[in-house]
Amino acid sequence: MTGFVLRRIGQAVIVVLGVTLVTFLLEHLIPGSLAHAILGTRASPGEVAAFNRANGLDHPLVEQYAAFLGRVATGNLGYSYRLNQSVDSLVLHQLPNDVLLVGAALALALLIAIPLGIAQAVHRNRAIDHLATSATFALYSMPSYWLAILLIAGLSIGLHAFPAEAPQTATVGGLLASPRALVLPVLTLTLVNVALFSRYMRAAAIATLAEDYVRVARAKGLPARLVLSRHVLRNSLISVTTLVGLSFPAVLTSGLIVEYVYNVPGVGLTYYTAAVNADYPVELGITVLVGVVTVLGNLLADLAYAVLDPRIRYE
Amino acid sequence: MSDGLRAADRLAAPALARPVPSVRVRVFAGHRLGLVGLALIALLTLCCFVGPLVYHTDQVHANIQLTNLPPGPGRPLGTDSNGYDILGRLLVGGQSTLEIGFAVALLATALGMVWGAISGFAGGLADAVMMRVVDIALAIPAIFLLIFLSSVLRPTIGLLILVLSLLSWLGPARLVRGETLSLRTREFIEAVTVMGGRRLRVVARHLIPNAFGVIVVSATFQVADAIILLATLSFLGFGLPPPAATWGGMLSQGTTYLLDGYWWEVYPAGFAIMLTVIAFNLAADALAASLDTRQRQ
Repeated sequence: MTGFVLRRIGQAVIVVLGVTLVTFLLEHLIPGSLAHAILGTRASPGEVAAFNRANGLDHPLVEQYAAFLGRVATGNLGYSYRLNQSVDSLVLHQLPNDVLLVGAALALALLIAIPLGIAQAVHRNRAIDHLATSATFALYSMPSYWLAILLIAGLSIGLHAFPAEAPQTATVGGLLASPRALVLPVLTLTLVNVALFSRYMRAAAIATLAEDYVRVARAKGLPARLVLSRHVLRNSLISVTTLVGLSFPAVLTSGLIVEYVYNVPGVGLTYYTAAVNADYPVELGITVLVGVVTVLGNLLADLAYAVLDPRIRYE
Repeated sequence: MSDGLRAADRLAAPALARPVPSVRVRVFAGHRLGLVGLALIALLTLCCFVGPLVYHTDQVHANIQLTNLPPGPGRPLGTDSNGYDILGRLLVGGQSTLEIGFAVALLATALGMVWGAISGFAGGLADAVMMRVVDIALAIPAIFLLIFLSSVLRPTIGLLILVLSLLSWLGPARLVRGETLSLRTREFIEAVTVMGGRRLRVVARHLIPNAFGVIVVSATFQVADAIILLATLSFLGFGLPPPAATWGGMLSQGTTYLLDGYWWEVYPAGFAIMLTVIAFNLAADALAASLDTRQRQ
């Protein structure tokens, strides 16, 4: 077990290093150099040279990468010249909003998708299964912004039930102060994730239902309710842990889009704004952060899997 | 030796008990939704590529006298805020959508297939290194990289195909590697190796052909994924620059007028994206079912 954990952590470290290398190289892809991107195209050669010297851009690439790594390791994600603020302080202020939005949506999605998937597996190929499969299939084939637009048109413009914009405030407290405005962003993100999870949960539950231990449990006369809660649910939950860990890129992607559509003050929207304004340091800083979060999610999912399932120890 | 190997190649094919093609076609045909998907794909392709030849519209020059007109005679789906005919724009936008979707699926699958087969067959250090490369590329969600690249470079159809492919081959690579790992211990692969078949031959003549079912299913899903990614990029304003017609761009522009009740500027583009993605997902599901031996009794 220890060997597996160490090897898995080693892999994660390599992947994180790779992510920083990719990001570092992207910075050098900016046409006409970073100095011109920040100082403007009419900067004199002297000013460019001074900028490069001040930021260590006149050193060899390897040295620059080492310095970049050192900065990232200490939590320094770069400096936005446009916002005159460090990227880490910018992100740190908004991250709680994302945690709230994504966390609430993930929790709700699991609360819906797990029972739904099991119900579908139990009533496989009956009306309820077909209905749920069609609904999640349609959701699965819908880009998240299209779903958001439909929800806004129906619930906000049509029925005036909820505002079409998230609360315009910088803090989590502010977001929570107007919960009605949070309904549509959270609902959109929840539905997107339900589509993702329930398809998987249905397949996992069908596989579990065919296992010998389920047949044994039934044969010894265990009531159907207990077979489902003790055996099917618990065993299917193991694979859901992995699924949640692996779905991080998808969740972050829909998070960005939902923040854009509903104008939620979060890291995703900041990334979008930075891209529109060609604020490269912010874009690259957030890219590193997103990469690290994804790797951590995968790592935790793998470790949780090994802990939860005694059969799997990846010797 | 090469004759013996060729015989082994021939023997190897039925060794996997692959279903006869006609059986597969029958199972696929029994999957009505799959047929619906295929029919939709054919219909969409026909409309988008033949339609504009019959239904002529100007999708380059804006016309401020014809802005935001509701559907009526001569303009079945109305016009948008630039005065472009919406039906015509949908058809033209569909061309680039389908071209990019198919091209990305093809390129990404080919790249992923070769990468995964080599990695799985080579094993050891090469496998570890090749899979870490996939992990690294998977760690950064594609949309973040795409937005960054689009903010740095000016997107064209060719560039979008290239970049989307470079971000989409990772899934197929992992999938094919998994298939290869399970195939490479099979007797017929060992037989070819024992007879002196070179590694390249094993990969090209045995591993890839036997994993082909999985690859085709994955490629079909890839078209759907690429279309969603492309539309998302256009929706966020980082796709093909105007006046190019894109479904995501039309949806984004139409959303501005949601409150004004200009429904014809919002729903056609949104449903076009959704319908296309559904068509490819349906076809892929049916393909997967027709290749799955457990469903064929």
